[in-house]
Amino acid sequence: MDAIKFVNEQTLASNNNIDFAPGDNVEISYRIIEGAKERIQIFRGDVIQIKGHGLTKSFTVRKISNGVGVERIFPISSPSIAGIRIVKKGRVRRARLYYLRNLVGKAARIKEKTSFAKG
Amino acid sequence: MNGIIGKKLGMTSVYDANGNYVACTVIEAGPCVVTQVKNAETDGYKALQIAFGDIKASSVSKQLTGHFAKAGTEPLKTVVELRDSSLTKTLGETVEIADVLNEGDKVNVFGLTKGKGFQGVVKRHGFGGVGQATHGQHNRLRAPGSVGASSYPSKVFKGMRMGGQTGNTNVKIKNLKVLKIFSEQNLVLVKGAIPGHKGSVVIIESLNK
Repeated sequence: MDAIKFVNEQTLASNNNIDFAPGDNVEISYRIIEGAKERIQIFRGDVIQIKGHGLTKSFTVRKISNGVGVERIFPISSPSIAGIRIVKKGRVRRARLYYLRNLVGKAARIKEKTSFAKG
Repeated sequence: MNGIIGKKLGMTSVYDANGNYVACTVIEAGPCVVTQVKNAETDGYKALQIAFGDIKASSVSKQLTGHFAKAGTEPLKTVVELRDSSLTKTLGETVEIADVLNEGDKVNVFGLTKGKGFQGVVKRHGFGGVGQATHGQHNRLRAPGSVGASSYPSKVFKGMRMGGQTGNTNVKIKNLKVLKIFSEQNLVLVKGAIPGHKGSVVIIESLNK
């Protein structure tokens, strides 16, 4: 028995079983608790890196907010994540998109992936 | 002392009740077999001797094999005495996690740290080395510096921190929280890190009276 795997399966929620890749534009619905109230905040940005695999995977989402770059790291099994939605699939050539940090404006855009029908 | 013997399996993270992502160590603890019950009349003190872990029967002496046979068990790897234990177990009974630990308890974990060999003062005591790396300096980067003054006291004081064997020592980590228990699988999740490599033997000491 792989005990670590067993513990992860028992303790971490696997409800975020969604297949996204670096370069994708995603929308994270994040639960925010204010006192006794709970509300959902949306964080939308580009996935610039995915670390690890399985239940302990985490990923970084980057967005430009009021001209300032904001990056946020989410563990995939976080109970605070209410949902993940892929807005756009991006076409990128590497797994870690750190080069986006040095780009601003139009240069920092990611091309959208277009699927080609056969024939 | 009440406690249980375990095997360190590795580390992972879990979410606690407040939603914090907490690093924890997974320990396979017990079931341990009671191999001897010591009491004040015959042994001079009260203690419970428990044993845990698989071992090849061929690598155990006949004397020890006989000792284990008395408790009706195969030879086991680690034997530990729980001094003044409040557990009421008799010879041959098993000590399970539920007997000594509850979720949320504070425990001490005792184990042998990873050996790091002969190390210098920078790794061993956190010294900063001497001087600069550039400006003509050489070979002083990880040096300990002066170890004492001159004509007085004409000696190096005892206990001066120097290089030497690092790790491979018995260490007790105190006041770790038990985050979760899987009794069926004999697994205990303890907050934070504990001494030793994966597969090393650790003793979990319960702080419950």
